Amino acid sequence: MIDALSTTLTYVALGAALWALVLLIADKPLQPLRRSSLAVLGLLALLELGLLVQTVLGFVRMFGTDRELDKLTFGGYLVGSLVVLPLAVFWALAERSRWGPGVLLVGCLAIPVLILRLNQIWSTNV
Amino acid sequence: MSDTADDIADDTATRTRSGPGRILIAVYAIFALAATARSAVQIATRFDEAPLAYLLSAFAAVVYIIATVCLARGNRTSRRVATVSIVVELIGVLTIGTLSLVDSQAFPDATVWSGFGQGYGYVPLVLPVLGLLWLRKTQVGDR
Repeated sequence: MIDALSTTLTYVALGAALWALVLLIADKPLQPLRRSSLAVLGLLALLELGLLVQTVLGFVRMFGTDRELDKLTFGGYLVGSLVVLPLAVFWALAERSRWGPGVLLVGCLAIPVLILRLNQIWSTNV
Repeated sequence: MSDTADDIADDTATRTRSGPGRILIAVYAIFALAATARSAVQIATRFDEAPLAYLLSAFAAVVYIIATVCLARGNRTSRRVATVSIVVELIGVLTIGTLSLVDSQAFPDATVWSGFGQGYGYVPLVLPVLGLLWLRKTQVGDR
């Protein structure tokens, strides 16, 4: 699984996390029409799209591979990676203070961890 | 005297899930998700290998779910349930953490709480402490 896509997604997630951290520190609550909010939400939409591609590719490779693989766990991480960001955005948008971006920060930081675990599961039992 | 008991209850609920509390609940939700998925896979695929560890995994998952939901609801009863579940969580991570180091034979496969949550960047150890501090900070009245 270690390839350009998962590396890119990791960096985009970290970038979005950094942005969310800046919003938190600068005390810029999420507001639907504010440019800084739209930017981070757009970035997250892009990230989610990339994660969706990764999940589809992941399943294709999982069923195509001959190697020994803990398929249930691997599939679980693939699906799990899609759930985190929408939930984080939903939970963040209801908060009208600097802690809204804080929730996005937490969600974004979870993504690289999930990708790391995915790659670990893929590369064990080679 | 327009401040009815309902208003105060709403205030408490809002306060529990607002501000930093919102981040706390988000982290709890991630752990609820992670622990649930992990224990479901463990129990479904290889329960006989380490029944105790996997049952504890499932127990941890339930505790995280209860804590997440109750913190998010934040009314008086929920806060009480949240407090109890977070205390259970703290006792759990300390007990399992110690046992997994002292008697690693009993825990051949890792749970969320093994090695004080080592596999999860020790967040499981810090989370209950922050949870209890937050519940304390947001309480009203009873003092």
